[in-house]
Amino acid sequence: MSNAFTARSWIPGPRALAIGVPFVFLLLFFMLPFLLVLKISLAQSAMTVPPYLPLWAFENGKPVWLWTLDNYLTIFGDDIYLSAYINSVRVAFFTTLICLLIGYPTAWLIAHAKPLARNLLLMGIVLPFWTSYLVRVYSWIGILKDQGLANSLLLYLGWIDAPLRLMQNTLGLYIGMVYSYLPYMILPLCAFLMKMDPRLPEAARDLGAKPWEVFFTVTLPLSLPGITAGSLLVFIPCVGEYVIPELLGSADDLMIGRVMWSDFFNSIDWPLAAAATGLMVALLLLPMAWFQRLQNRGGIAL
Amino acid sequence: MSANPLIKKSNNALGEDGFLQVQSVSKKFGSDTVVSDLNLSIRRQEFFALLGSSGCGKSTLLRIMAGLERPTQGRILLDGQDITDVPAHERPVNMMFQSYALFPHMNVTANIAYGLKREGRAKSEITERVAEVLDLVQMHSHARHMPAQLSGGQQQRVALARSLVKQPKLLLLDEPMSALDKQIRQKTQFELGSILYKVGVTCVMVTHDQEEAMTMADRLAVMSEGRIVQIGSPEQVYETPSTQFAAEFIGSTNVFAGVLSDRRGQVVCADFEAPLDLGEMEQGAKIGQALRVSVRPERIRMQLAAPDIKAPPVNAALGTVAQIGYMGSYTLFYVTLVSGRTLVVNVPREVMMGFERAPDYDDTVLVQWSSRSMVRLA
Repeated sequence: MSNAFTARSWIPGPRALAIGVPFVFLLLFFMLPFLLVLKISLAQSAMTVPPYLPLWAFENGKPVWLWTLDNYLTIFGDDIYLSAYINSVRVAFFTTLICLLIGYPTAWLIAHAKPLARNLLLMGIVLPFWTSYLVRVYSWIGILKDQGLANSLLLYLGWIDAPLRLMQNTLGLYIGMVYSYLPYMILPLCAFLMKMDPRLPEAARDLGAKPWEVFFTVTLPLSLPGITAGSLLVFIPCVGEYVIPELLGSADDLMIGRVMWSDFFNSIDWPLAAAATGLMVALLLLPMAWFQRLQNRGGIAL
Repeated sequence: MSANPLIKKSNNALGEDGFLQVQSVSKKFGSDTVVSDLNLSIRRQEFFALLGSSGCGKSTLLRIMAGLERPTQGRILLDGQDITDVPAHERPVNMMFQSYALFPHMNVTANIAYGLKREGRAKSEITERVAEVLDLVQMHSHARHMPAQLSGGQQQRVALARSLVKQPKLLLLDEPMSALDKQIRQKTQFELGSILYKVGVTCVMVTHDQEEAMTMADRLAVMSEGRIVQIGSPEQVYETPSTQFAAEFIGSTNVFAGVLSDRRGQVVCADFEAPLDLGEMEQGAKIGQALRVSVRPERIRMQLAAPDIKAPPVNAALGTVAQIGYMGSYTLFYVTLVSGRTLVVNVPREVMMGFERAPDYDDTVLVQWSSRSMVRLA
């Protein structure tokens, strides 16, 4: 079979295509734009269109370097960036943790449900994606505001005397974040739990493991790749999240997405915003690379 | 079937009867009855096989023994103790799972030590006992390997070690050979058998492979639709099958359906020219009663028929060779009779060598057998 492909090597084989197509896609739509962002981050801000200077120019036939590291120095010199970064990572971390704590049991139940119930439940998880994410976050305002659904219900039931503050604070922020990102945790976990050989937990039980021992020694370690996948899918977009903290969070919970937005649109300082973006990507790549290394070593790999 | 002296224990060597008792056990999944009012008694140190096609309830019965499934009705007694309500992790029963179910994230040693760790054994004892079973299955050199690095046969031995290390009173084997290539199955059957014989553990094996059951088991039960059709030693079940199902499941056979005629002991069949002479087997049957008899292919004698030959008056017929299957040690002939039905005839190699001319396609042949070669079926 392989002869057919090697004989005419100028035609890419299915293997090359399988790797090549997403590679080219990522190159065009991720790598090139990101390089542009990096380029802008090295430029000087200016009142021009676009609002930054080129990295070099020619004066009297001689090249003049105009690029600068000032934007990065500004970020390192300004506490607001550091605290926004730390805050973003903290919010992303706890969102991921809460999503995991809610998502794991949910995924387990879905994976162990009868086929019909499983499909209905999975559909229920995917269904919100049919509505715009923005609309769904806005609708939470209707639920969480002082005269919103939640407070009205609690008042009606007589469980509270005055409306609770459910949004424009940390609580509202986490409600919105967990709600929005939970499916990204549940779906990969479901996939891993469903493909796990049901005989493995049974074998553990047969060998004398109590139910909780079965979970911690077999089920949980074997679903680690699913946990990793789900956690990365939640953590990474959470760090840069802008809409939810803006609509449901408070101004005290300043996240890096908000800072970048104001650099970009309020101060019209594209280079500074680009530098903040570059640093955020670096911040995200490091833990991801570390995870990948850990998995490749076979510690968690299946 | 040749018996392996290492595996087959004479009945005297076996421990007392009733070591494992299955008492009127039923299992229903919704409206499906998978196991139906089943009774079974197994001796200490016996190797017992549950044999049947898929969906006959054999695996469910095994899972009930393991405690992985609760019976809808009935009791399970092991060594005098009622274990029906004992959860799987507290039963002195271990199972070797189909395709072994080795923990993929643990190496060989950790897999085997798993059960002992759950018992809270001391580290030194665990090390010692793991080394012991690794020696038993000759896998010492692979102690640090991960399951994915092992061949099918090696995985099987690790699974065996893992299920033996806790010294269970009862060892359950779920299709132990199904994940192996056919070429190494027979060798593995004997290896596995001799290890289990050495250990002397009581075994219940589930299989759909009659050869496997006959090679390994002291006794076997043929199951169909949640019930035991026949139970006995491989020889008993093969030589004297009680029903058509058992006769056809264990080996192949020719079944004749007919009616007992008024001539003493003779059965008249619609699809067989001559009457069948039952000999002593007719006892208890009434004239006009419908009967079924089985004749194993290797009990039929076949020879080329001379042009003017007439078939003997009973247990014989003329036919033509329709199909020939050369199997090495024997040859299978499919002989189409004048009545239109086809008989399977097994001619051993020595007999083939004795023929002046071997029967070929479309040859007319005479097939016949003695009354003692027939078994009356229920």
